Amino acid sequence: MKRRKITVGVTGLNNIDSPGPGIPVIRALKESREFDVRIIGLSYETLEPGIYMQELVDKVYQLPLPTAGTTVLKERLQYIHEAEKPDVIIPNFDAELHNFIKISQWMQEELNMATFLPSHDAFEERQKAELNKFGEKYGVRVPASHMISQVQELKKLEEEIDYPMVIKGRYYDAYIVSSLEQASSYFYKIVAKWGYPVIVQEFVNGTEVNVTALGNGKGTCIGAVPMRKLYITDKGKAWSGISLEDDKLMEISRNIIEKSQWRGGCELEFIKTRKEEYYLIEMNPRFPAWVYLANGCGQNHAEALVKMALGEEVKPFTQYRSGKMFIRYSYDMIVDISEFEKISTAGEK
Amino acid sequence: MYIRKNIAISETGFIFNPLTGDSFSVNETGLFVLRKLKAEENEETILKAFQEEFELDRNTAEIDLNDFLSMLKSYQLTAYEEA
Repeated sequence: MKRRKITVGVTGLNNIDSPGPGIPVIRALKESREFDVRIIGLSYETLEPGIYMQELVDKVYQLPLPTAGTTVLKERLQYIHEAEKPDVIIPNFDAELHNFIKISQWMQEELNMATFLPSHDAFEERQKAELNKFGEKYGVRVPASHMISQVQELKKLEEEIDYPMVIKGRYYDAYIVSSLEQASSYFYKIVAKWGYPVIVQEFVNGTEVNVTALGNGKGTCIGAVPMRKLYITDKGKAWSGISLEDDKLMEISRNIIEKSQWRGGCELEFIKTRKEEYYLIEMNPRFPAWVYLANGCGQNHAEALVKMALGEEVKPFTQYRSGKMFIRYSYDMIVDISEFEKISTAGEK
Repeated sequence: MYIRKNIAISETGFIFNPLTGDSFSVNETGLFVLRKLKAEENEETILKAFQEEFELDRNTAEIDLNDFLSMLKSYQLTAYEEA
């Protein structure tokens, strides 16, 4: 079958010890049977490894940081559009999604750049700070969560939540704490890195199991693959994992995607207790860094997302292979300083 | 007691539980018992076969088999027939 030529812009090229999903998404797209994909890498920092992976990324442009707002982002996308005419953009960072959701209609109408993102409401309701309401609305168990902005509030919460408890940043980072002193220390650490509010969550004892999933925004779960981490780095990231066969977990996951009418990729993070109860601890609004495992299990989620972004109908995947493992590795690329110079000075290479 | 339906047991004694993602290796003796459990043989039949195969007295065979079955249970590899 002749593959259709398309151009896709992808962010999250930070293939580091706390990796973004960009490179796994690109690898899945490069293996597409339907598309012959030219990849435009979109970066925020000059040392994101994906910038230098020439066999995967055809051209790279720097984007303004999300804090710069939508006006400068629009200008930059306009520039990229004139040079590359990307058909689809896949943002892969939590922090940039708000801006992309806001301008997605403009991108489609003015630049003919498609995205496949959740609605603003769907994006907001699964925020960590809203987890209690989310659990209640969609009938899924969640640990008790509180959002705080002052360290004194920790003392009050001791009456409601027993130690150990989990202290989390708005977008990233989570620490298990066993005392008020520890909790206060991590409160300040998280505020310094991610700002307010800080989320305080009940600690649920059990095994972490995660699901990478894709919804069509109309109440259908297009694909889902569950995974258990086998090797975890000191940053809590999966360095290897294995796909599972867990009907109950799949049913809960599909139910969340369908009822919330989720549009796009996401990651559902659960704790499975000894009693085989599943607690949703987080719903990340983009593909996880281990999404390439879904491809290895027979579900190419990145390809399916691109098709839906282009307005094509995609039938849900009906099966996947369990017992498939991913094993991450680090690899030193040798890069000439001139490559670094290009991205540092011109903002593109 | 029987082995959960999705548990994969290879010829070499490698066991994979797709529900939890856990994997284990057993020796020839363990593999012998696991195959019997997979074939849904009852514990008394397994005990007798185990005793004969490895030339054990009943007491030793019973202790070793029970130890092994407890271990399988603790790793969530087994289930009981519903009453």
